[in-house]
Amino acid sequence: MDRHFVYMDYNATTPLHPEVKARMIEDMEVYANASSLHEAGRGAHARVEEARGAVARLIRAKDPSSVIFTSGGSESNNTVFATMFHLGRKGPRKGVVTTAIEHPCVLNAAKWLAEEGFPVRFLGVDSKGRVDLEELRSSVGPDTLLVSIMAANNEIGTIEDVASASRIAKSAGAFFHTDATQCAGKIPVDVEAWGADYLTLSCHKIYGPKGIGALYVRKGAPLVPLIRGGHQEHGHRAGTYNNLGILGFGAAADLALRELPEYSARVRRLRERLRDGLTSRLPYAHVNGHETEVLPNTLNLSFPGAEGESILLYLDLEGIQVSTGSACASGSLDPSHVLLATGLGPELAHGSIRFSLGRDSTEADVDYVVQKLPPIIERLRRMSTVA
Amino acid sequence: MDAFTWLYSDIVKDHFMNPRNVFDPDEKFEADADGIVGNVKCGDQMQFFLQVDEKDVIRDVRWKTYGCASAIASTSMLSEIVKGLPILEAYQLKPEDVSRRLGGLPDNKIHCSVLGDKALRAAIDSWLAKTGREGAFKDVGSTVICTCLNITDRDIEQAVKDGARTWEELQERTKIGTVCGGCKGRAEDLLVEYVHVFGHDE
Repeated sequence: MDRHFVYMDYNATTPLHPEVKARMIEDMEVYANASSLHEAGRGAHARVEEARGAVARLIRAKDPSSVIFTSGGSESNNTVFATMFHLGRKGPRKGVVTTAIEHPCVLNAAKWLAEEGFPVRFLGVDSKGRVDLEELRSSVGPDTLLVSIMAANNEIGTIEDVASASRIAKSAGAFFHTDATQCAGKIPVDVEAWGADYLTLSCHKIYGPKGIGALYVRKGAPLVPLIRGGHQEHGHRAGTYNNLGILGFGAAADLALRELPEYSARVRRLRERLRDGLTSRLPYAHVNGHETEVLPNTLNLSFPGAEGESILLYLDLEGIQVSTGSACASGSLDPSHVLLATGLGPELAHGSIRFSLGRDSTEADVDYVVQKLPPIIERLRRMSTVA
Repeated sequence: MDAFTWLYSDIVKDHFMNPRNVFDPDEKFEADADGIVGNVKCGDQMQFFLQVDEKDVIRDVRWKTYGCASAIASTSMLSEIVKGLPILEAYQLKPEDVSRRLGGLPDNKIHCSVLGDKALRAAIDSWLAKTGREGAFKDVGSTVICTCLNITDRDIEQAVKDGARTWEELQERTKIGTVCGGCKGRAEDLLVEYVHVFGHDE
């Protein structure tokens, strides 16, 4: 088999959907400031509002004005935590409950609140990556300000029961935020059914451009701007409208919603083919994450005795692009905080590889990986001090 | 097209793809001595096997690793360098000698290349012990860290091997930094590195 180029890192980022790209090329002409009152400005404004409607439909938000455009997932998450900082300083509630497996931007925003004197609790997860709802129930109370639980994990793909988590948060009178960055476009997102007060989205994970994201804010939920200035986004987020990013997001959201059923069924079949192909050839491989409550495109495996960065770079030489939870790839001594939180031993966490499939993935890609990976693992295990 | 070179030099790539002198379980390599360093918990571990002749010259070597690409490439290169070297010369090799021969490593990967020479030295120490000369190279190639008390990097290494894990425990064993304290930053960096390298039994 010739060397292929196989991209299996769609959870890191996605290429532009060809239709998004085509629409964005045309939309580069939409130059006017969408805040301007003149005809050109009104035209741009109408297009921005169309895009807002598309993003609102993707997450089943009834009112498009509850969607605020930001620069991406990190800004959206930070906006929520900064809002809590201001609320907590003035009001009686200060408690923040989140999980040990959040994206670093949530973890570090929560740690910042802890440094500022807020009581912050990081919930553990079970061996499959699911949050223990009983632990959540016993962690919330009359002092709890915010519960923030990601909808699906980026590394292992485990889907959390956010609807139940949100009910628990609400019963204690706390706000509920969920980072849905990784699950939008892969599973249905529903701010109403999930009872979210705040929900984070990022555009580049759904075949749209980078540098644009959104924060859903339920009507009546407080929001303190992270970026102060003009009156854009109803004063919630200043800065001239990013026309091209916003219109690209609108196009990507349209397509993600339309293609979701077929897309998720297709990548799920590919994921199963990849999992079965690899685990039958490498029976000692450990499948990380949940068996059923898992993103249809995400497969995370650990290989005892083989170090992840070596696996990643041997795969890279074969043209295969994946990611790893190894410390060496991150520049620290600690492997993936997510895998450690599931109770996986450090050796297996260092030896983990995430395969994330996407709309351009094919059976031929999967078969190529199934052919190329086993000899790499066998070779590393033969030279290993561990296996 | 070579999309790999941005990360590592051609020599690194070659040694990563075709590592030399790797221990092969089927080969039945008969080692006179071996040494193991590193900690799987931290993601890397290295073992060196030596054949040494009666004149203390390294005749042949094998190595095993649980480690990243830089660890594999740098140990492969080191294994080529030490064949035919007297053990005293081999003992003085530093990670920089290896990374220079590799055409350089990215800054954040230098750390990954330090296990090879430590495993080699552990194997040589084991050979010395086996031949009744335990600790004979204790001061070979050492650098003074604490100038007030003339304490070397090797003294810190030995203290860690003897169980020191914290700055206080290191001070207890060596008295380092108890006069002017100017060496504390550098000594603490070495402490972290040596705990990583030699704390493999924990």
